[in-house]
Amino acid sequence: MITFEHVSKVYGEGNRPALAEVTLQVDRGDFVFLVGPSGSGKSTFLRLVLKEEKASSGTVQVAGRDVGRLRSWKVPALRRQIGVVFQDFRLLADKSVFENVAFALQVLGKPRHVIAQSVPETLALVGLGGKERRRPHELSGGEQQRVAIARAFVNRPALLLADEPTGNLDPETSVGIMKLLDRINRTGTTIVMATHDDDIVDQMRKRVVELRDGRVVRDEDRGVYGSSR
Amino acid sequence: MRLGFVVREMGAGLRRNFTMTVAVVLVTMVSLFFFGLGLLVQQQVSILKGDWYDRVQVSVFLCGPVSTEEDCPTGAVTSAQRDALRAQLESSPLVDRVFYESQQDAYDNFLEQFDDAITENVTPDQLPESFRVRLTDPSRYQEVREQFSGQPGVEDVPDDRAVLGPLFAAMDGATRVALGLAALMLVCSVLLVSTTIRLTAFSRRREVSIMRLVGASRALIQLPFVLEGVIASLVGAVLASGALYALVEFGVGRLRERPDFTTRLVETSDVLFPTAPVMLGVGVVFAVVASLLSLRRWLRV
Ligand SMILES: Nc1ncnc2c1ncn2[C@@H]1O[C@H](COP(=O)(O)OP(=O)(O)O)[C@@H](O)[C@H]1O
Ligand SMILES: [Mg+2]
Repeated sequence: MITFEHVSKVYGEGNRPALAEVTLQVDRGDFVFLVGPSGSGKSTFLRLVLKEEKASSGTVQVAGRDVGRLRSWKVPALRRQIGVVFQDFRLLADKSVFENVAFALQVLGKPRHVIAQSVPETLALVGLGGKERRRPHELSGGEQQRVAIARAFVNRPALLLADEPTGNLDPETSVGIMKLLDRINRTGTTIVMATHDDDIVDQMRKRVVELRDGRVVRDEDRGVYGSSR
Repeated sequence: MRLGFVVREMGAGLRRNFTMTVAVVLVTMVSLFFFGLGLLVQQQVSILKGDWYDRVQVSVFLCGPVSTEEDCPTGAVTSAQRDALRAQLESSPLVDRVFYESQQDAYDNFLEQFDDAITENVTPDQLPESFRVRLTDPSRYQEVREQFSGQPGVEDVPDDRAVLGPLFAAMDGATRVALGLAALMLVCSVLLVSTTIRLTAFSRRREVSIMRLVGASRALIQLPFVLEGVIASLVGAVLASGALYALVEFGVGRLRERPDFTTRLVETSDVLFPTAPVMLGVGVVFAVVASLLSLRRWLRV
């Protein structure tokens, strides 16, 4: 699904690289934790997958396509295969839960009847059935993150990227979010999640890739957060 | 579905930046008003030129008893000279028809044109006889003039354009001023469109970032911004056309009612076509160019 070969990323002249010589493969259906202290390059990794940033060197392949050589007008097509979730939810405050999720489909020109069917379906999947008409500020943090996950998943992407999705949530709520992501992963969706939440990583026992100063220092199946702590 | 989406987003943008939108509308209106004004003055110039070419006839004035020694060294025209000139005119390919105006004809016309205070001291033999020549191609006026002035028996072939020249020059000057003001205001409107887009892009940065993430095409993301500018400019262009129409209807209309004003003038139908469509077109093109330029700067997709 994702292949990085000797990928480096330097932001601006003279800075130390945010990613250095990263070589990594994520297979279809994988669930991968990207761990490491803040500033270790986790978000940069995700941004390269989305082509939000361009690698300084090396090749990035996503779903069999060389992202670095992708023409800019083809980038939207790439992003349609990828769902993204962030720590700060990024919901539209003046739209209802339903409208927030529907937004992702409207923008792609999906017909009304498709939206009317898949939005409630997805909201039920994330456990928000019956809350379609609420506004984001009428929801708890965990519920808002579920809306964001529904928006990322409503188009049934093959790949879901999550950048510290539990960073703003208390431990109990985080467990709920992790169960949801696990369920989505079981539908065949590849998930890459950046986090520094050690409890969660230790509980899930999934593949763990640890970054430190932009380098991969550990890549373990069924790993825990860190041997070094 | 997607069209509805674009229209909704555009409407939201226009409402959110209402004051800026009003500013864009007004500045576009003023700039396009001056632009249209320049076009109309040019239209008036070409009407005048057309009329003048329709009417143009070369007058070949012949030497008479009151001609000066300097203009007519051989004295008053002889009948042989007159016949030779007529034959030469009639055989010229540039000449369509030749009318002869005797001193008596000239006197009759003179009486008709001026009132008694002027005419009472004038006698027919003080006025020159002349050939009035219609040309096959009025624009070759100068060639005929050069060919016949200075021939024996010819006193003068005056250049009518000497009268009209300053008028045309003044109107060309007015056009330049109007177009200059229009250009200045167009620059203002481009800057305003750019600022408005920056504001809109800022107030909608969250929507835009989500649209990018879920894979909206660049066209879909940018279209509402471009349309906002285009709609505002179109409204400005329509208002400018209305103002110009009113100017021609009431301003020029009043001139036309004066009995001593016989010149053909631009009409409201000239505003409707081609001036107004050109103004709309220019407004739209400028808005599109201005928005695309500022989108590159403020809205990375
Ligand atoms: N847009 C940017 N411009 C300059 N430097 C950046 C930018 N984004 C990240 N960095 C730098 O790159 C390094 C890695 O950042 P990031 O990928 O955000 O790490 P993480 O997500 O693991 O905290 C950091 O040193 C950070 O300061
Ligand atoms: Mg980060």
